Amino acid sequence: MVRAENVHKSYGRLEVLQGIDLEVAPREVLCIVGPSGSGKSTFLRCINHLEKIDAGRLSVDGELVGYHERGGKIYELREREVCRKRAEIGMVFQRFNLFPHMTAMENVREAPVRVKGENQRAAEERGRALLDRVGLGDKVDVYPNQLSGGQQQRVAIARALAMQPKLMLFDEPTSALDPELVGEVLDVMRGLAQDGMTMIVVTHEMGFAREVGDALVFMDGGVIVEAGPPREVLANPRHERTKAFLSKVL
Amino acid sequence: MTTGTDILGTPLPAPAAQGRPPTIQAIPVRHPWRWVAAVVVLALAVAVVYTFATAPGLDWSVVRTFLFYPEIMHGVLVTLALTAIAMLIGVVLGVILAVMRLSANPVVSSVSWFYIWFFRGTPVLVQIFFWFNIGSILPYLHIGIPFTSLVWVGTTNQIVTPFLAAILGLGLNEAAYMSEIVRAGIISVDTGQTEAAQALGMNRVLVMRRIVLPQAMRVIIPPTGNETISMLKTSSLAYIATVGELFFIQKEISNFNYDIIELAIVASIWYLAMTSVLTFGQYYLERYFARGAARQLPLTPIQRFRRLLFHTHDPVPVVTAVEPPMFFPRHRP
Repeated sequence: MVRAENVHKSYGRLEVLQGIDLEVAPREVLCIVGPSGSGKSTFLRCINHLEKIDAGRLSVDGELVGYHERGGKIYELREREVCRKRAEIGMVFQRFNLFPHMTAMENVREAPVRVKGENQRAAEERGRALLDRVGLGDKVDVYPNQLSGGQQQRVAIARALAMQPKLMLFDEPTSALDPELVGEVLDVMRGLAQDGMTMIVVTHEMGFAREVGDALVFMDGGVIVEAGPPREVLANPRHERTKAFLSKVL
Repeated sequence: MTTGTDILGTPLPAPAAQGRPPTIQAIPVRHPWRWVAAVVVLALAVAVVYTFATAPGLDWSVVRTFLFYPEIMHGVLVTLALTAIAMLIGVVLGVILAVMRLSANPVVSSVSWFYIWFFRGTPVLVQIFFWFNIGSILPYLHIGIPFTSLVWVGTTNQIVTPFLAAILGLGLNEAAYMSEIVRAGIISVDTGQTEAAQALGMNRVLVMRRIVLPQAMRVIIPPTGNETISMLKTSSLAYIATVGELFFIQKEISNFNYDIIELAIVASIWYLAMTSVLTFGQYYLERYFARGAARQLPLTPIQRFRRLLFHTHDPVPVVTAVEPPMFFPRHRP
């Protein structure tokens, strides 16, 4: 579903991604781990074109991200096209980024109504079901700042799911949470994976990667150092840098 | 009740048996100088007010006569109309200029910069005067649709009435200030908000309208309230364009009866009344846009008054986001 070939990205002179190759199959859960500054989040943000890639090819469902290829030439996509594609990809952020001026329900309902033009009643019905699913059926009319971090992140997941995405991106979804709140968010993500959602998860939760991930990628310095089934990589890292990193976080 | 163990496994001592100790009843520190200061300040204030209120030349009956005089009332209405229309122009044009200023297009953002530089850099009085006298350099206006023969020609003084000249001067000047206020509001919103909205597939217009501007409002409203109050007073400069607003009217009357101070007091009473109403309006507007920002909405003045009467011993609610409005009016002219 997601295919990256030799993806490069720089900010000025700093090369954040130096040739990323990977592939994610439908219904697969890919976990990306690595030290901060290794380019994990940047790569994730390239997938829904929040960042532009400089070189290489990156495609979702066989279509280039942010570009359109015709007759051997690459054309930049119009905003409308970029938005249409983003609407099919859900994203969950480290700092939740819920809309603070809207209640949980309004957060969840906003994009289906405004972007997809869904009927308000229908969107609310589905929103209620989604909030129920993440265990917040009783917080429908509550503003984000009245929720705990874990609850906010679960609303954020419901908000992304409301667009019925074919792919979900998680950018360190539990890094900003108090330790005792991590579990409730991971439970929701585990449920999603079991339902067959295609997911790319940037995380420091090695337990989650081992248990839920179908594949694991270790990134460092803008390259993929090591990739494979999570159990293998985590138990027997082959590369020195992977070993050094894992010895610190496990 | 079980007692715990510490990290080494040693049992912790059982909690004290006597329960919660009595609440501390301390004798408060006395502040005698506060009383002295209060008495001195109050005495001075009373002296000043008394001196002016009983000034031998001041005839309060004149103030009473003219306070609800039909011409004065009409002046109040014109002042309100000037303020409302000029602020409307200021806010709408200000939002447009702010968005232009943040545009990626260098020409668009430079034009906005230039506009702000020009209209903020010249006095409002001069600007009103300019529009009032525009007819002297452009006697005729041609309004037409390009490449067609549809043209309307008229004298400038037909179109730019004194009222319109004042509106243009006040409104275009205000837009320059408002655009800076709006811009500050827009950039105060966390970029994560824009990203989250974009990731949901919202386009730039939708992100601005539904996500960024509503949050920017919290930052925009207090200074806009200041601007409106300031505008109410600045609108008195329209007298230079012979617009019959409150200041112009009271001046006309005092030119006739020489009760200068009395009529200035009449005008001041009306200006104060109008700014007071605006102060309340702003308070409720801020309360509305504080949704989701404060854990508990601040009490309205009426609620606070009721609480003062009936619940004097309740703990005061913690107000985190919105303070009651305070004004530091700016003197522009």
